[in-house]
Amino acid sequence: MTSEEKNLVEILEEGHKVDVVKYMDYVSAPEAGAIATFSGTTRNMFEGKTVLELRYEAYVPMATKCLTSICNTARSTWDIHKIAVAHRLGPVPVGETSVFIAVSSVHRADGLDACKFLIDELKATVPIWKKEVYTNGEIWKENSEFMEKRDSLGQKQEQRRSCCGSKVRVQEDEEHKDNNTSS
Amino acid sequence: MDVTEQASSKEATKIENEETSSVEIKVLFFARARELTGVPDLTLKMPSGSTTQKCMDELVIKFPKLEEVRGCVVLALNEEYTTDSAIVKHRDELAIIPPISGG
Repeated sequence: MTSEEKNLVEILEEGHKVDVVKYMDYVSAPEAGAIATFSGTTRNMFEGKTVLELRYEAYVPMATKCLTSICNTARSTWDIHKIAVAHRLGPVPVGETSVFIAVSSVHRADGLDACKFLIDELKATVPIWKKEVYTNGEIWKENSEFMEKRDSLGQKQEQRRSCCGSKVRVQEDEEHKDNNTSS
Repeated sequence: MDVTEQASSKEATKIENEETSSVEIKVLFFARARELTGVPDLTLKMPSGSTTQKCMDELVIKFPKLEEVRGCVVLALNEEYTTDSAIVKHRDELAIIPPISGG
């Protein structure tokens, strides 16, 4: 019921760096024995070409909704305390963080699995784009995770109200029991 | 004051009648789609009952360059992924979403 208060989703406008410490602080809690994090950083090479910078843009309101929905799906699958997801927009120089995810949980397995799920879903369904700028040209990237899911994205809309229409939730009945106790 | 009210209610009726035959939607273009059209958004007038696919057809007529991404875009209606057969309503927001690449 109050899960929204335990998710922090931020799409950072151009010029704002990802403040990793802020998100670590947000998720940390005495009852959480583990914090799992993922940090996506711009690489300096792609297929032998030198990358100067990445430029990100987003459909911000929909991206925010999608990320919140993904956080809530993660909560219904794993026992999680708090989640923070941040994605930077605008130019991101090589070596800087473009995306950061932190998940706190009582036990590490839940946090680690949820963290992987969150970044995989982000790459597959959240409307954010990046252009790679090389010394000799530029290209809009395409996530393979999106291509695999593309055809099913709009399909289940009548069954669900979230914007990211295609998540397959695999969960046992036992796991289901825990859903309402967190918050 | 009365005159103004009458005038505005007349105006409302006129708009309502027009809506029965056509709808106006806002279209958003992102990433490669925005580069191809040269605009981030526009207002599109469509016959009532049009599907998102019909809107896309119309956009490709307006911007033939969109053909380049037509086969790989997905559509979102009012911030949710949608299907080609969804019907657009007056003041809906249709987003043209080329392959995403966040992360």
